[in-house]
Amino acid sequence: MTATQPGTRKSRRRDRAMVPEATFTSYYGRPIVKASPWTADIPAYLFLGGLAGASSLLAAGADLAGNTALRRPTRVTALVAILGSLAALVHDLGRPARFHHMLRVAKVTSPMSVGTWILTAYGPMAGLAAVAEAGRLLPRAVADGPVGRALPGAGRAAGAVAALLGPAVASYTAVLLSDTATPAWHDGRRDLPFVFVGSAAAAAGGMAMLATPTAHAGAARRMAVGGAVLDLAMSARMESAMGLSAEPMREGRAGTYRSAARVLTAGGAALAAVAGRRSRAGSALAGAALLAGSACTRFGIFHAGQQSARDPRYTVVAQRRRREAREE
Amino acid sequence: MSNHQDPATAVGYVDPPARKGFFTDTSVCIGCKACEVACKEWNAVPEDGMTLTGHSYDNSVGLGASTWRHVAFIEQPSEGKPPESPPNDDSAGAPAVGLGMPAMTRPGADTPAEERTPFRWLMESDVCKHCTHAACLDVCPTGALFRTEFGTVVVQDDICNGCGYCVPACPYGVIERREGPAGDDAVGLAQKCTLCYDRLKCDLEPACAKACPTQSIQFGDLDELRERADARVAALHGTGVADARLYGHDPDDGVGGTGAFFLLLDEPEVYGLPPDPVVTTRDLPQMWRGAALAAATLLAGAVAAFAGGARR
Ligand code: SF4
Ligand code: SF4
Repeated sequence: MTATQPGTRKSRRRDRAMVPEATFTSYYGRPIVKASPWTADIPAYLFLGGLAGASSLLAAGADLAGNTALRRPTRVTALVAILGSLAALVHDLGRPARFHHMLRVAKVTSPMSVGTWILTAYGPMAGLAAVAEAGRLLPRAVADGPVGRALPGAGRAAGAVAALLGPAVASYTAVLLSDTATPAWHDGRRDLPFVFVGSAAAAAGGMAMLATPTAHAGAARRMAVGGAVLDLAMSARMESAMGLSAEPMREGRAGTYRSAARVLTAGGAALAAVAGRRSRAGSALAGAALLAGSACTRFGIFHAGQQSARDPRYTVVAQRRRREAREE
Repeated sequence: MSNHQDPATAVGYVDPPARKGFFTDTSVCIGCKACEVACKEWNAVPEDGMTLTGHSYDNSVGLGASTWRHVAFIEQPSEGKPPESPPNDDSAGAPAVGLGMPAMTRPGADTPAEERTPFRWLMESDVCKHCTHAACLDVCPTGALFRTEFGTVVVQDDICNGCGYCVPACPYGVIERREGPAGDDAVGLAQKCTLCYDRLKCDLEPACAKACPTQSIQFGDLDELRERADARVAALHGTGVADARLYGHDPDDGVGGTGAFFLLLDEPEVYGLPPDPVVTTRDLPQMWRGAALAAATLLAGAVAAFAGGARR
């Protein structure tokens, strides 16, 4: 093949030469696969879903441990985050009025369908658990009545179900991205679920550290630090296993988000471990950094995928290598 | 689903008609765009931007929500010798008289052979592949995308909610959410070639195939088209066109073979086609297992976070 055909492009030299240079041909440099039509709503939806799912775990744990100061804010966080997540999802639809068509079918081959059903089961449970927290706001007469007396138990049961569904809420979104022809999302499929649950734990732990007095936030701190470590380790592993499509993870908008995510997540985790127990301000700062880091992780991975779809190189070169390897 | 099963039967049609498809022979395409126009006319697909792209004669650029057939134009300096001068047999009649019209002589006849540039046009009319294993159909969460009795893949406008999931799922970059023009009924909905489902139902051939003046686009029973394609490739190889190859015809490829396949004269990526497409849902069981393991990890981590407190 001559090197002068339209669209032929040599890859730029990169400071970190992860992959050999690849000459390839394309149709006037036009993309081959289409980037998703999704906008900021979708990474926001991924972030909020993770925050909700992991918060439900903290809330159920706090409930069992009798830690009211941790249970209250985490239950409220779970509800607010899942509502925000759903709002972002519906807002992203080309025809939001047709959201209910998602409930026409249940398909395991469609992670979006599976996710819709997980959310349909999870949402009301997270909601009921949060409503149980409103019991103390009820007028005395109601609180002492049958409804008031049933609330804590109902909250505990609903919270337990939400906690069991929470991990699914946090992890299915990785399959949602990976089950596409978008090179950077598909190539990260093995590690992405672990990045996502790590990121979810860091976010939920961080949010709880912001909202809970330090004396009661021990479990939140441990979850936050553990989540941050998992997120950072699995992100690094994913990038080194991805091959060619790891490039867009480091470049452009995605690269900026991912650098920010690393700094915020690592910094937040370090601060949480060092000062989390002693200083209320330090704890809050660490929590905020972890939350922001988790959001940056989602936006970074989202944009890396979009970038990898827009450049035909990531589709053509990777597929040619695969084909050649098979033919050898 | 076994790899070689008829897709219509596989989804439960009892005794469906033979699987229908397209064989697009790009070696005879003249780039007239009759197929693009016929498709727009029949399917009432709106105009898709009238801008000039600055590359080649292609103004519609690629398949999308409002381009269901797309003719690619590849201007390509070819390898090898410049073309031979055509035999000049003007001696047979009266000498030609110049009327100021273009091309009184055969193209290239006035240029000595050694000065002619080795150059060729490749043209290819592209379309939705109607894959045997269609990722778009697999991932659609509403069931808006469905398999027809002809083995083709169609979107139902009244069901699609515009989630856009099919868009990044398609390994060929075919399907797209329509973004305009304002007021169009399908704005916000996924759109692509239906293989003229409505015409097939009435025993008519698709509009593009009907309009193609060179039979570059051939419509018919897929089995028969595959035989025809094999014969055509063999004939081309026989006349020395060694680069002729089929694309999408192999039921053992990553998508189980496509319902619309092509005879190409160069590598697929030259035409904007992926060299080794795979239906993304092939890896789905592995992905679900990974997600389940990650979920279990999170659950265990949460338990540990509380147990850690009990110890201290
Ligand atoms: S080419 Fe794309 S849009 Fe067409 S059937 Fe295959 S996956 Fe679906
Ligand atoms: S955009 Fe429409 S056709 Fe495409 S996956 Fe979503 S609901 Fe299905």
